[in-house]
Amino acid sequence: MTESPSSEPEPPSPKPRAAAAGNGMRLVVPLQGVVQGRGGLILGSLIPCALFYFFQLYLKRHRSPKRPPASSSNPPSPSASSPNLGDLARTSSRSNLLGRGSIGPVRLSSRGMAIAKPNDSPYYVGLEKVAGDPFHRVDNPDGIIQLGLSENTLCFDLIERWMKENLMDSLMGGDGAELSINGMATYQPFDGLMELKVAMADFMSRVMGKGVSFDPSQMVLMAGATPAIEILTFCMADHGNAFLIPTPYYPGFDRDIKFRTGVELIPVHCRSADNFMLTVTALDQAYNQARKRGLKVRGILISNPSNPVGNILSRETLNELLDFAQEKNIHIISDEIFAGSLYGTTEEFVSMAEIIEAEEFDKGRVHIIYGLSKDLSLPGFRVGVVYSYNENILAAAKRLARFSSISAPTQRLLISMLSDTKFIEEYIETNRRRIRRMYELFVGGLDQLGIQCAKSSGGLYCWANMSVLIALYSEKGELELWDKLLNVGKVNVTPGSACHCIEPGWFRCCFTALAEEDVPLVMERIGKVAEMCKSGQ
Amino acid sequence: MAIELEQQPKPSAAAVALSRIAVSETHGEDSPYFAGWKAYDENPYDELTNPTGVIQMGLAENQVSFDLLEDFLEHHSEAATWGKGATAGFRDNALFQDYHGLKSFRGAMASFMEQIRGGRARFDPDRIVLTAGATAANELLTFILANPGDALLIPTPYYPGFDRDLRWRTGVQIVPIHCHSSNNFQITESALHAAYDDAVSRNLNVRGVLVTNPSNPLGATVQRAALEQILDFAVEKNIHLVSDEIYSGSTFSSAEFVSIAEILESRGSRHVDRERVHIVYSLSKDLGLPGFRVGTIYSYNDAVVTTARRMSSFTLISSQTQHLLACMLSDKEFTAKYIKTNRERLRKRYDVIIAGLRRAGIECLRGNAGLFCWMNLGPLLKELTKEGELALWNLIVRDVRLNISPGSSCHCSEPGWFRVCFANMSEATLDVALDRLHQFVDEYRRTGSS
Repeated sequence: MTESPSSEPEPPSPKPRAAAAGNGMRLVVPLQGVVQGRGGLILGSLIPCALFYFFQLYLKRHRSPKRPPASSSNPPSPSASSPNLGDLARTSSRSNLLGRGSIGPVRLSSRGMAIAKPNDSPYYVGLEKVAGDPFHRVDNPDGIIQLGLSENTLCFDLIERWMKENLMDSLMGGDGAELSINGMATYQPFDGLMELKVAMADFMSRVMGKGVSFDPSQMVLMAGATPAIEILTFCMADHGNAFLIPTPYYPGFDRDIKFRTGVELIPVHCRSADNFMLTVTALDQAYNQARKRGLKVRGILISNPSNPVGNILSRETLNELLDFAQEKNIHIISDEIFAGSLYGTTEEFVSMAEIIEAEEFDKGRVHIIYGLSKDLSLPGFRVGVVYSYNENILAAAKRLARFSSISAPTQRLLISMLSDTKFIEEYIETNRRRIRRMYELFVGGLDQLGIQCAKSSGGLYCWANMSVLIALYSEKGELELWDKLLNVGKVNVTPGSACHCIEPGWFRCCFTALAEEDVPLVMERIGKVAEMCKSGQ
Repeated sequence: MAIELEQQPKPSAAAVALSRIAVSETHGEDSPYFAGWKAYDENPYDELTNPTGVIQMGLAENQVSFDLLEDFLEHHSEAATWGKGATAGFRDNALFQDYHGLKSFRGAMASFMEQIRGGRARFDPDRIVLTAGATAANELLTFILANPGDALLIPTPYYPGFDRDLRWRTGVQIVPIHCHSSNNFQITESALHAAYDDAVSRNLNVRGVLVTNPSNPLGATVQRAALEQILDFAVEKNIHLVSDEIYSGSTFSSAEFVSIAEILESRGSRHVDRERVHIVYSLSKDLGLPGFRVGTIYSYNDAVVTTARRMSSFTLISSQTQHLLACMLSDKEFTAKYIKTNRERLRKRYDVIIAGLRRAGIECLRGNAGLFCWMNLGPLLKELTKEGELALWNLIVRDVRLNISPGSSCHCSEPGWFRVCFANMSEATLDVALDRLHQFVDEYRRTGSS
């Protein structure tokens, strides 16, 4: 998924989501006396209160219209300025300036307005803050250390070495021919070159454990897992329908899935007692509640390995999910983008593709999302996959891929890289090893601070339980801790509430964009904040 | 009747449902426009291996200036790699997924757009939003400017892809602004108002006008006076104005293209008027790189820029491609030479095809831009109706083996017009196509059939 460390120059506002500024809030205070029923004081409080109210209304009407600043976070405010009459002489068609809809600046759609609002989720706020003051061992040692973006830089040396040895060949077609863009320049199939599909199918089966093979003709390629999931959603659900999704989940889904499709996400709460593993009971409950609310559930969206916890779903759970989907006649989307980022040694990863091959089952309801942003560390190149067993979904997704196609030179480069199977095998194996090493260091470090993590086997992060550090066992307490970690400790982590976790105090910490030597510093900073919390600061 | 519990049938065997969007026909792939493509795919012309195949004249692709691009890349290999030793800067680039886009690339795009307009307009790189192609840019803008059920006004004839790109996922409608050959299909004030009133009478909320300038399929620039009228109209109705200028660099002479950006600058428009204007651009036509998937939205509206940027997460351009093109487009000497040479070559091609068609007694709309000409076969139609046009078109695809685009698929209000592309083939192939057409027309006129 695109986890954009966007550096928009918006003022960071780590306020809890509830406190939206607005004139409405200010009415509460003067009216307090009345509301609390201190009847004898009604006149005494009512008159000043009414005056105050009208005074605010007066101010609001006569404030000059704010011009939104560049990269504005506010939707345009209605203008109170009247048209410049001096311009009327120009042409006759301007005679109807006060006609329908001409008051105020031109409007955006409701979708547009909703998206124009500031990003107030701590997930995005944290990313922005880091962008403004990023840690660098030499240039900015007091900067904020980024643990909120699931990125993997542990094996770049391998990719760089491959580039050095192979890049020019890969772009030129390998036989010393002149650098030709002819093959790449023209219109290509919107759903990706067949050669790349073949190479991706091979890569996916290597990554997911060779128990499963992927058929290139069941693949639609697009510019990242972000459009992949949106396009699938457009194909299987209408505006106002819903997906069930286990919590905690990747914060980006709230935007990626809901933004333009209008599809709702219904949380299926998972608990620490179960190590945040999904249960069919919880699924069933959530499904029934959705029905009661009049929502039509079209599918279940799971991540495996899960984000942010890092669980791997067992065969039994996957089978139960399939049965559930079959019973309710709904889709299953399995987002397996972290399948190659495994560090566990006890559990093996099982792709939905493997389960479904084995069973007698209506495959048409199963779809897999994949991409190269995590397992191959190439988020900038924008490579995502929709893998489906449903012909109709594939046909529709292929057509929709035209809005999000992968750039041709990038396809060429990746065909070359992914076909170098010797390199790929080495990469996959080394990557796992290095992730495991960082995991041990990091989780070990947290452990020494008294912070336990959920049991996990995959992903680029750990799911840490910091509830011992929070004063108030609530979302508010959790966000206060998050704020301390960010602004005092100068470490950006993702609070569980941003992931819709039902238990406060959990935080996702990504550790694969760190160097080993940075880990002690991270622990020192977290330790400092931990001390502050313990001593009641 | 009792049913044995043990033999209860399995849970519903009904196939799992798709969405309305998935089953909708709005993708348009079953229309005649695309039937011609199928004919080409099944029997494509090749000079050597298949000289009797179907010649593709329905694809607006620019292949006349590849050599210039290849020449540049040969002498600037750092564009295709990431600096010395092929890897410096690679890591940052590979990790870069910021939806603001590479600053260097946005700067290069802004300057390229300025050069195309002969410096008559300025572009601020911070107002550029990047998308994977103009297809995505147009759809994205539509999502932002209009709600489902709202309408955009578009002058006819228009690019058939709009029916899909602007309506499919967005749920927005298109209301045509009818244009006629009597004034060379130019947009008139009365046509604008008629379209608006038509929408209102159908209870549609009009959110904007979308103009393609230079026009596809007409192959002609929109006149300054018409642009002024359209802008006035948008101000009057307080609606948006989207100017799709993706063929701006393919105008045969720089002086003949007037961008909406120039109009805004020359007027010194108030902010509330500029805020409604948005320009779509792409490198697919002018630079002949549709495979690279590079499109942009340039908006004078801050909220639109912010929103479009966020929404562009669904359609980002590969950072590798941004880097490559940043190198190429910031070389102003190269771009100036490219723009000039490309224009000349397109003009020459245009002259060839016009002369060839004229020899066959076929007239075209006077064009000055684009990768195609707008040909009038009205005099040849058995009946001056849409059916007559499609019958003739069928003949041409089947017997003459030329895939050209019928005007009806572009919603042209007059039958008999066809769009013919000339820049996606070699000169030799163009000659073959013209010969075939000439023969066909002669035969057709003589015998009243092919």
